[in-house]
Amino acid sequence: MNDLSQAKTFDEFMEGIWRQNPVFVMVLGMCPVLAVSVSAVNALSMGLATMFVLVCSCGLVSLLRKLVPKEVRIATYIVIIATFVTVVDYVIQAVSLEIYDALGAFIQLIVVNCIILGRAEAHASKHPPIAAMVNALGMSIGFVIGLFALGAVREVLGAGTLFGVSLFGPNFQPWVVMVLPPGGFIVLGAWLLLFSALKRRQEARLAAPGGGHGA
Amino acid sequence: MKASVEIRSAPHIKGPRSVEQIMANVVYSLLPICAFFVYQYGLSAAASILVVTAACLLTERAFVRTGTQAGSLSDFSATITGLLLALTLPPGFPLWMGAVAGISAIALGKALFGGIGFNVFNPALVGRAFVQAAFPAAIATYTPSFLPGRFTEFIPSSLAWPLMAPADTAAWLKAMQYDAMASASPLARWKFEGFVTPAWDLVTSLAGHMAVGPSPLLIVLCGAYLALRRFMDWRIPVAVLGSAGLSALIIYAAFGTKYPDPFFMLFSGGLVLGAVYMATDMATSPVTPRGMWLYGGLIGVLTVMIRYYSGLPEGVMYAILIGNAATPLIERVTQPTPFGKGASIHARKSASYTMHPDYISREEASAKTPKKRFLKNKPKKT
Amino acid sequence: MSTPIAPTPPQATPATSLVKTLGLVSTVCGLIIVGAYQGTYDAAAANRRLALERTVFKVIPAAKSMAEWQATPQGIRPAGGETVPGALKFYVAYDAEGVLAGIAAEGAAKGYADTVRILYGYSPVCQCITGFGLVASKETPGIGDKIVTDKAFLANFEALDVKLNAELSALANEVKVVKQGTKTKAWEIDAIAGATVTSRAVGKAINDSAQLLLPKLAPDIGKLQKREP
Repeated sequence: MNDLSQAKTFDEFMEGIWRQNPVFVMVLGMCPVLAVSVSAVNALSMGLATMFVLVCSCGLVSLLRKLVPKEVRIATYIVIIATFVTVVDYVIQAVSLEIYDALGAFIQLIVVNCIILGRAEAHASKHPPIAAMVNALGMSIGFVIGLFALGAVREVLGAGTLFGVSLFGPNFQPWVVMVLPPGGFIVLGAWLLLFSALKRRQEARLAAPGGGHGA
Repeated sequence: MKASVEIRSAPHIKGPRSVEQIMANVVYSLLPICAFFVYQYGLSAAASILVVTAACLLTERAFVRTGTQAGSLSDFSATITGLLLALTLPPGFPLWMGAVAGISAIALGKALFGGIGFNVFNPALVGRAFVQAAFPAAIATYTPSFLPGRFTEFIPSSLAWPLMAPADTAAWLKAMQYDAMASASPLARWKFEGFVTPAWDLVTSLAGHMAVGPSPLLIVLCGAYLALRRFMDWRIPVAVLGSAGLSALIIYAAFGTKYPDPFFMLFSGGLVLGAVYMATDMATSPVTPRGMWLYGGLIGVLTVMIRYYSGLPEGVMYAILIGNAATPLIERVTQPTPFGKGASIHARKSASYTMHPDYISREEASAKTPKKRFLKNKPKKT
Repeated sequence: MSTPIAPTPPQATPATSLVKTLGLVSTVCGLIIVGAYQGTYDAAAANRRLALERTVFKVIPAAKSMAEWQATPQGIRPAGGETVPGALKFYVAYDAEGVLAGIAAEGAAKGYADTVRILYGYSPVCQCITGFGLVASKETPGIGDKIVTDKAFLANFEALDVKLNAELSALANEVKVVKQGTKTKAWEIDAIAGATVTSRAVGKAINDSAQLLLPKLAPDIGKLQKREP
């Protein structure tokens, strides 16, 4: 297991970003995705917090994988994930109270984010630490991209700014709906539409004669 | 949408009526109302109708082109959506927001469900609900009708640049010596100031500078034409107006002074337009006669409840959308008793149709597909 | 992802081993949490103080430093130590020379969507409200949130009269929110047209809080004149 070729590692890394993107393909962890993607900064900090928890807990789960008996593995994973969520909670408070207030309960709720438990159970518990962390990193980058895609669109339309920088001048008319919950669903729907259209085209190209190697 | 094959049991009556014909007639009946709207508000109203309808048609075309939606442009359904949507928006609504409303009406209200006939909600109201949520300030900004320069000059808010906030109409009106009161809709004036506009002024919409839509009288007349030619079922508007009037009357009788009289309730806001043209949308209203009464009644009561007890001055839109959502349920509980099965005989669980069970609609889960009488590919004689 | 997990033969893990594993994991995790808490405590506390100061300084522009006090039925005293039930918290702000610049307190009232929580500044010199800032609100963006942007509305709070009555038991005149353009008295607030409910919430929050706090504050205001060393 330890002599993973570089290509395989890269594949593991890319899995979460494209093929199994947690937001656009697996549609997991929708609760934070919809709730905190009101602005690009919120979305990005939520994504980074999740990334920290995901990578650290996958690393630790993978380290302990031979030690933990099957019967108590879920309990162990939850304890580990909860630990890192608490750490992230403290760190965000220390870094910026504004972000902490904006993210609210959703920082603590990272603990129930199914992406993390799913990765710990499906991948980290079966792979060595490096591979597990690479895969977790890919997944969380995919999650950050998803969150950012939503947050950017909602902030641009909902406030006329991106990262707090005004894009359209002072006379911009904000689309109130975009910072309200329905806006999250509508923008997510639009992204899913785009993503699946892209995927379908890619598959059609591969399926076309001469496009790929066999069906 | 011309269906070429239809499997039904006899007897058949071949009607000359097609979806296109019904829709075209609805458009004709809407034209006088649109003309009145333009007469009231001039250039801005005309531009608004054009832009909103064009946005609807272009969006419809895009979705039909990409093959994600049934129907075609020539069935006029998108035109109806556009005209109705424009009539529900304030005349000085910024044109770019009108375009957003038109696009979201077709995209979210219609294409999402698969096009004409499949939509769950009235597309025009979905479009309006979207812009109501997106631009709550602009959609509440009305201007008085019959302004002197309305045919030569736009209402300034109409011409806002895309994505930009509209110009301040209050200042514009002040420069023209109109007070802010004249530019509030009668419902808003009642809700926030307790002023009740006389009902007769509302019925004709002709009494001076008021922020009202086209005359309810005209809408009822146009609706009557449709109902008489059987392009529309008269039960729904009657049920909506009846139940709204009745519930307003009950509340008025019970706590008189606090609430306006039922006539004000009936003729203010978009109740008549909603009852006649939006609640009756064929795809989103029940088909059973008893269901129509129930559906209309629900909408009427909800409208009055929202107007009286919520933060919003107008409730027709949400009432109809809720009614649309309830439609499948209403149809289920109001299935007519099949001929020959009196109330005394309990219908068996799987047999509530007069027709042979083999021939009931294919959407019905328990239905069996008719047995094929012919082989699909006849064995070739060799 | 989709590789089926081969059914493993049932193997009984002894209970002691389960407990040991969980104990070990919990210990490691506990250590990590304690470390993180210790490492971030100071920065987080500093952040919280800064955020509070920023809000207080916004409603009392002259303020340069502040102290937290509480008003109890027995009188006022600096916050800290044990909290008395029913005590009202307020913030005393001092200017650069350490002279009382104003008092800030929180108020809350039901708005259009949820409770609107505000922090208002009170000036004992003019016995009036000198400004307010939003602590938390879920009012409709674009309508209800005009309360902090609408200049005409904010002008109401430049010198909103909250004088006490002769017995110092309540406000002489209740703070009232009136329809836009009809403000005639110094204790009335002109509502924002179209955001009446939120405007009313602000007025009610100030009124409710001032009615409780100011009578307790009035007899002891002298205690606050100078910053304690």
